[in-house]
Amino acid sequence: MFKIVTKRVLNEAVVLMEIEAPFIAKKAQPGQFIIFRIDEHGERVPLTIADFDREKGTVTIIYQIVGKSTEQLSKLNEGDAILDFVGPLGVPTHIEENAKSVCVVGGGVGCAIAYPQAKALFGRGIDTTVIAGFRNKDIVILEDEFKAASTNLIITTDDGSYGKQGFVTTALDELIQGGKKFDEVIAIGPVPMMKFVCDVTKKYGIKTTVSLNPIMIDGTGMCGGCRVTVGGETKYACVDGPDFDGHAVNFDELMKRNSTYREHEQNCRMLNQAK
Amino acid sequence: MPNMSLNKVPMPEQDPKVRARNFEEVTLGYTEDMAVEEAERCLNCKNKPCVNGCPVGVRIPEFISRVKERDFYGAYEIIKSTNGLPAVCGRVCPQENQCEGKCVRGIKGEPVAIGRLERFVADYVMSGKAVPASKPQSNGKKVAVIGAGPAGLTCAGDLARMGYKVTIFEAFHVAGGVLMYGIPEFRLPKSIVSQEVNALKELGVEIMTNMVIGKVLSLDDIIDMGYEAAFIGSGAGLPNFMGIEGESLIGVCSANEYLTRINLMKGYLDEYDTPVIKSKNVAVVGGGNVAMDAARSAMRMGAEHVYIVYRRSEDELPARKEEVHHAKEEGIEFMLLNNPVKINGDENGRVSSMQCIKMQLGEPDESGRRRPEEVPGSEFDLEVDTVIMSIGTSPNPLIRTTTKGIEANRRGCLVVNEDMMTTREGIYAGGDAVTGAATVILAMGAGKQAAESIHKYISSK
Repeated sequence: MFKIVTKRVLNEAVVLMEIEAPFIAKKAQPGQFIIFRIDEHGERVPLTIADFDREKGTVTIIYQIVGKSTEQLSKLNEGDAILDFVGPLGVPTHIEENAKSVCVVGGGVGCAIAYPQAKALFGRGIDTTVIAGFRNKDIVILEDEFKAASTNLIITTDDGSYGKQGFVTTALDELIQGGKKFDEVIAIGPVPMMKFVCDVTKKYGIKTTVSLNPIMIDGTGMCGGCRVTVGGETKYACVDGPDFDGHAVNFDELMKRNSTYREHEQNCRMLNQAK
Repeated sequence: MPNMSLNKVPMPEQDPKVRARNFEEVTLGYTEDMAVEEAERCLNCKNKPCVNGCPVGVRIPEFISRVKERDFYGAYEIIKSTNGLPAVCGRVCPQENQCEGKCVRGIKGEPVAIGRLERFVADYVMSGKAVPASKPQSNGKKVAVIGAGPAGLTCAGDLARMGYKVTIFEAFHVAGGVLMYGIPEFRLPKSIVSQEVNALKELGVEIMTNMVIGKVLSLDDIIDMGYEAAFIGSGAGLPNFMGIEGESLIGVCSANEYLTRINLMKGYLDEYDTPVIKSKNVAVVGGGNVAMDAARSAMRMGAEHVYIVYRRSEDELPARKEEVHHAKEEGIEFMLLNNPVKINGDENGRVSSMQCIKMQLGEPDESGRRRPEEVPGSEFDLEVDTVIMSIGTSPNPLIRTTTKGIEANRRGCLVVNEDMMTTREGIYAGGDAVTGAATVILAMGAGKQAAESIHKYISSK
């Protein structure tokens, strides 16, 4: 069993949990993910690692409540435990040794995964710009954390209720237009957002890494559920990723495949809420 | 006088129409009397060709003699002395290519039903009063086993019986490997696998689940933790796809994914959350045991039509004969000598049909089987909403890509010497990780051989 050490509700739909998992905490790197299963009847759910504390032996996850499993997890409290927690899976994010300026773009709960990237880059002394986009003021998360882990933080909201009004892509395009040079862009968020960020950076020829979260079961290279097409080739997010060259990813296909079980997921959540 | 009947004593089975819609075990097993009657068909030959056909060398005529005498515990002891998982092997071994394939009685009539007898003996003993596992005297030496599938469980059991302190590191949340995630409940009840795993725990084997070696711990970490040797039984890995158009449509998945959702995650039971594709018409591409398992599972999940699409003919089907027979009885439609060309989708990106082409058999290829060739102009559309690819796997890359000094061949299979040692001293490997996708019993044979080699290696240190 894996104990929930800390729980923080970040906004109405996003929860942070620090889980006691000393083996994983010892090895985790930015960009890697874990798979959790709450109890015997639960699904295996992959989540990218938001933070880790090697000394305390904890791994932090931040998740949006979207289905039955995340809803069920959000009902647990500090001191409770979940049955399975496995990782760190996937290949850590690779940033060029000589990168001097990197832009980290996070969208919504994707900011949770963007955060360890920013923290690691900033910690290496790299000029780190963070663009964090949200729908509105109420769901802004991790602002203080990002402030402490970036050279420049731009928060955008779709409705302009906080920070800069507009999408992350507009903010990114404006920075580049204004003469800001980036050696690399890391984009993490909803698939359409990553796709549009890649459209922007492609214009300028800036290398862009995206972190994908496709359908997955084992996460160790067995089931093939997480296959994505990258540069015309079949790749597996669990062992080849989850990071990929954003300019080569077939996002449209990924969006379709991610909807495979949507109906089941919605029914499952509704049934759970009815209980 | 031996029983000279040309046919095996038939095995009671669930009615095909009923069982095609449930996940309970298909075959029900012999009664005591049936087992004794079948045992009496064994001639107890001097040269024992059956034993040579067994990858783990079960002393077959000897155990069958005990069955004749109704000494079922005695029979169990004999089997168990060389085979760690008899209840499993009795159900899933391809006996027709192994022990039974060599049986003298098979020259005229059917061979002795060795598999059914093995299963009977194991079930008899396991359902009866527990045989107290005598915990062996510890020799104080630690060995690590990576992967709790058939290879790893066998290796761990043999080493534990020699007195080693064995820890198995398993990536999934339960032990059993393919016995849990791959082979369906109706062919191998999971309670049997759990019983075998518990028996190992009673022997003192420690099983750590949720441990993905190569990620959470490297092999070097394990050696640093004081393990004197390690065995890698990490199994087969990434499923192969055909590389044809339409494989990314919704409704296409690998047999590994489909079966894992159903077996390991119990997606066929309402109280479990893992979703499984709901299908009306299913094409399973491939002709092995995994393809049969996927097809028969799809039928049980409620499909109306399930097709096996295989590019060669019935003679070349690699699946166990019994599985093919059962699949046909359950209404699986065999579309032999057909090969997929592309998968067509509808406007929502879901599978709507699969285009196939008819095949014919030409000259034998390097595998000795006649090479399938396309019949020009014979393309046709098969109306399906689900396509399950079951055309093999390539070995898992996690360990070889994270461990120095372990070499793999071009196909990614770990290279081992005749003692099952990898290119790194003290690190052994076996099963699908070495051979590529094969059978449970071959993996067990490899685990067994590795256990002997590890014992020799540690003893001579």
